[in-house]
Amino acid sequence: MARDGGVSCLRRSEMMSVGGIGGIESAPLDLDEVHVLAVDDSLVDRIVIERLLRITSCKVTAVDSGWRALEFLGLDNEKASAEFDRLKVDLIITDYCMPGMTGYELLKKIKESSNFREVPVVIMSSENVLTRIDRCLEEGAQDFLLKPVKLADVKRLRSHLTKDVKLSNGNKRKLPEDSNSVNSSLPPPSPPLTISPESSPPLTVSTESSDSSPPLSPVEIFSTSPLSSPIDDEDDDVLTSSSEESPIRRQKMRSPGLD
Amino acid sequence: MDTLIAQLQRQFRDYTISLYHQGFLDDQFTELKKLQDECSPDFVAEVVTLFFEDCEKLISNMARALDQTGNVDFKLVGSSVHQLKGSSSSVGAKRVKGLCITLKECCDTQNYEGCVRCLQQVDIEYKTLKAKLQDLFNLEQQIVQAGGRIPQVDI
Repeated sequence: MARDGGVSCLRRSEMMSVGGIGGIESAPLDLDEVHVLAVDDSLVDRIVIERLLRITSCKVTAVDSGWRALEFLGLDNEKASAEFDRLKVDLIITDYCMPGMTGYELLKKIKESSNFREVPVVIMSSENVLTRIDRCLEEGAQDFLLKPVKLADVKRLRSHLTKDVKLSNGNKRKLPEDSNSVNSSLPPPSPPLTISPESSPPLTVSTESSDSSPPLSPVEIFSTSPLSSPIDDEDDDVLTSSSEESPIRRQKMRSPGLD
Repeated sequence: MDTLIAQLQRQFRDYTISLYHQGFLDDQFTELKKLQDECSPDFVAEVVTLFFEDCEKLISNMARALDQTGNVDFKLVGSSVHQLKGSSSSVGAKRVKGLCITLKECCDTQNYEGCVRCLQQVDIEYKTLKAKLQDLFNLEQQIVQAGGRIPQVDI
């Protein structure tokens, strides 16, 4: 079990130097693996979400705070990211209630960034508060999961990601469906968009057809989704999760995420 | 006449069912078991171990806060119990979670006596669960050592 945060990110420049090839169209084998950044201040929850994601064939980087997440994404300073090595992050899943920076605040920062605003962000919370959910979805969250997160929830997220053909600056690739293969062929420089409709979609999916149009128009695969779990009456207290300083910081962090 | 393995398996099955029926565990524990396989054969044990360490630390934090008579930081207690509620929920520790909810309510109303009482119950409850799960894991080990396989228990 990875307690070190399991840093398994792939930096594009590193991949290229390893492969010995230049040019953005050369895709090292690992590009087809889904890489998830998981953010949760609770060690127990971090271990569980990491396992849930790994068992659904995702590579996982788990960090314990919004700040660590921004640090990982290179968003923690103000300098221009024009030359910043693009991380391959396919999904960010974050807890809502965290000391210091809430998941909502992290979501906003991600959506403000040019590099990562297209990356789907999923919020997790133990509180089923509709105003909170609405706020997150309005801010651009792709989904809102009620804790405790179950395998079915993660499988559903995962099945969406394999069909994600979103094109953005840092995340150009086309994934085969549910493929764990590391021997997939290299994608062409500007892959045409093909969208395969889901066979039994749990959510409504809005798609755009694109046959001969230029391949760079982004396509929304995700839609705002309903809650993943039924309403949990015993958890409907509203927790103030403002950014005021947290009284508690965990003294011992066994899984600090990044060193 | 039952073989040793069959006896152990029956014990394991009965014990597991009783833990659910008596409300110690809920279906989130079942979810954790789904995440255990040959690659991660001790996943559940590892997670609950972390959970119990969490309990110890957070309960100790709360006890210390409640000890500051006349100057109790209820916000700190509330934040700790929120964390504990979260992790107990994530591992399926149903009774602990329930007590956390009660403790949170006492905290929100700044009910000092209630907090102290509740915290004591949380402490007892997590230790009880810890002992029971230890027994369960021991049974698993005995089954494996006897050459049997751990039965799948449908609740």
